[in-house]
Amino acid sequence: MTGRAPQMATAPWRPALATVALAVAASVFPAAALAAEVLTVASWGGSYARASKLAVLDPFAEEYGIEVRLADYNGGLAQVRSQVETGNVHWDVVDFDTVDLLLGCDEGLLELFPVASLPPATDGSPAANDYPPGTVTDCGSAMLFFSSIVAYNTLSFEAETPTTAADFFDLEKFPGRRGLRRKAQVNLEFALLGDGVPREDVYALLDTPAGLERAYAKLDSIKDQVVWWETGAQPPQLLADREVLMTTAPNGRIFNAQVLEDQPFAVIWDSHILNHGGFGVVTGTNNLDAARALVLYGARPDVMGRLSAYIAYSPTRLSSPTAPVNLATGTPMGPHLPTSPQNRDSALLFDFEWWADNGDEQRERFAAWLGR
Amino acid sequence: MTANAATPRAELRNRAARRNARLRASALTLPLLAFIGVTFIAPLVVMLTRSVHDAAVAEALPETLAQLAEWDGASMPPDAVFDTAAAELVQAREARTVGQVATRVNRIQSGLRSVVTRTASRLRRLTPDADDPQFWRNAMLDIAPAWGEAATWRAMRAAGERFTGRHYLQALDLERGAAGDVVARAPEQRIYIALFGRTLVVSLGVTALCLLLGFPVAYLIAHAPPQRANLLLLLVLVPFWTSLLVRTTSWIVLLQSQGVVNDFLVALGLVAEDGRLSMIYNMTGTFVAMTHVLLPFMVLPLYAVMRTIPPSHMSAAASLGASFQRAFWRVYWPQTLPGVGAGSLLVFILCIGFYITPALVGGRTGQLISNMIAYHMQQSLNWGLAAALGGILLACVVALYLIFDRLVGVDRMKLG
Repeated sequence: MTGRAPQMATAPWRPALATVALAVAASVFPAAALAAEVLTVASWGGSYARASKLAVLDPFAEEYGIEVRLADYNGGLAQVRSQVETGNVHWDVVDFDTVDLLLGCDEGLLELFPVASLPPATDGSPAANDYPPGTVTDCGSAMLFFSSIVAYNTLSFEAETPTTAADFFDLEKFPGRRGLRRKAQVNLEFALLGDGVPREDVYALLDTPAGLERAYAKLDSIKDQVVWWETGAQPPQLLADREVLMTTAPNGRIFNAQVLEDQPFAVIWDSHILNHGGFGVVTGTNNLDAARALVLYGARPDVMGRLSAYIAYSPTRLSSPTAPVNLATGTPMGPHLPTSPQNRDSALLFDFEWWADNGDEQRERFAAWLGR
Repeated sequence: MTANAATPRAELRNRAARRNARLRASALTLPLLAFIGVTFIAPLVVMLTRSVHDAAVAEALPETLAQLAEWDGASMPPDAVFDTAAAELVQAREARTVGQVATRVNRIQSGLRSVVTRTASRLRRLTPDADDPQFWRNAMLDIAPAWGEAATWRAMRAAGERFTGRHYLQALDLERGAAGDVVARAPEQRIYIALFGRTLVVSLGVTALCLLLGFPVAYLIAHAPPQRANLLLLLVLVPFWTSLLVRTTSWIVLLQSQGVVNDFLVALGLVAEDGRLSMIYNMTGTFVAMTHVLLPFMVLPLYAVMRTIPPSHMSAAASLGASFQRAFWRVYWPQTLPGVGAGSLLVFILCIGFYITPALVGGRTGQLISNMIAYHMQQSLNWGLAAALGGILLACVVALYLIFDRLVGVDRMKLG
């Protein structure tokens, strides 16, 4: 100590620097300093993660006294797998696409979470009857619906506007570029819908070679005119720049552009494809109890419905109430939610089992088709 | 006598001291060797092992696979196989390994994933009828008719191989036919050979462009007065220090159809408003962005070599009557070859594994093999196939390195 004191005296900035460093450390890692239990939730970032934080994670943290920290990821199972395989699990709960929930469960990367263990419906009946068929896996159930819809910029049209999936593929009636996601998922279904296949026949047809041929042939018919997008932020931008005449998009992104940014966009709800996703708990987490508590909390019908007050996504549970208006703007949510009465009848439920079975083959075929 | 005895002893002492010194010196490299071993060699070995080895199915269904080994592969397997398979599938479900079995069988034949998982979960609830010798067979056929096809059992058997060349076959657009012979995959599934070819073409093209653009720049810097050379070198290095993502997205801003370059061309009237050039999200974008990103790797080794070439050589050639062209090609160019070789090899090898830039600006036609490797690592979790694709890429790089060594000589190469 005595040896160091003169040095301190000659360098008066040192204590100041140490204070600054401490302050920075405290602001960066407040949780480590305050709460013993910290739960890390990996989610999709952007407006969705914000909505999820406000609707689910913050109220949960308050009610249970557990600090929740958000990590961004971009889907997929690679990070979860390497965390589990190396025994260094630092994501406790992950917000998955339901396909990944199923595949991760198969690979043993996720904790079992049977639907019977989830909280009952609002009227007290068992949870199993409260989820629509095709939204439940052994390792967790879907929490929200988001739709792949077609959107267009009203400024791009003078007289007739498109109204159906068939119009999207009609280059003669509506000449111009189209935006599609660069993925086999959803596009194959959408191509068949655009070709006039009834919703209930889509997956049965995709199970046949002829059905697949038909889907690719339909995509072929507009291939030259397609601009391929990859992240959800791109479609609103493509429409705003009028790079494309119309594009498929996640409905929440278009809602945000319409309502928060006053963009003159319109949505075609004919033949939208209902996607879903939900929480999974990573095997080997150190916070198993807290992680399970969060999944149970998020599966409560009342909690699940809250999300629709922040972003235009619907709860999956039948007994879950949706918010009447958007909390920030007061916009009535009815016309914008994928499962509202005016929209739900035109929806095709995304079949995650089909994609778990055929995904690898179709994604390779799609990549080969794209490159030709 | 004593003097004679001392000499060999001193000799020995000296030798021991020299050996100790050598050992101490080489001990200093141990941390580096350990670091390379842990962070480079070990992962490489693990990944290459993964490309040929996968024991998940073999460990989950050992008895079934043993019985299937004796089956002819064409007829229906005997009832005993169904009995064993039913028991082991139920066990696997309890041990939570049935999903791994399912995904692996599914990679051989699409659609079997749900057959395997569904069968395992339904069989669990059945109680066998002791009087019916074909109980499990009928139960499995009831749950999924696919169990009545020889192809399903062939897929099970293939997935059960602990060591397999399947991933390498798939990486070369091949597969095993019904009779076990190697056949080409269906045309709409062939993708990797074309991607390897495209990767090779793009890498060669980008290397050539880098050389074409980088050589004059390096020449200019090497022959400029020191003050200006430093400034020019800084101009090369500043982009080099800038984040890859920033540089790639800047190209998007410049080249997109509503971008700076197109706006400029339209304003000049060189291009019509509806005829804007598409220079990004295709091969052009990949070439432009990759060449820009990799240019410093060409300029720096070239510059390092050119700086050491005495200007007097060119003057001497000129004074002996050679034209500039002749002097350049006969005197200057051969001396730059070590730099050309080093720069080209560096750019080419970086190119062949390039991933972020093609993903961002490559669009539909500008994707390279590394994008597929990333896909199988991150999305499909087929790490065996990803490892096989990576292994082939590694073999290509090693082969090219050996060819290069034969043609130019690696010992002549100067990296700067």
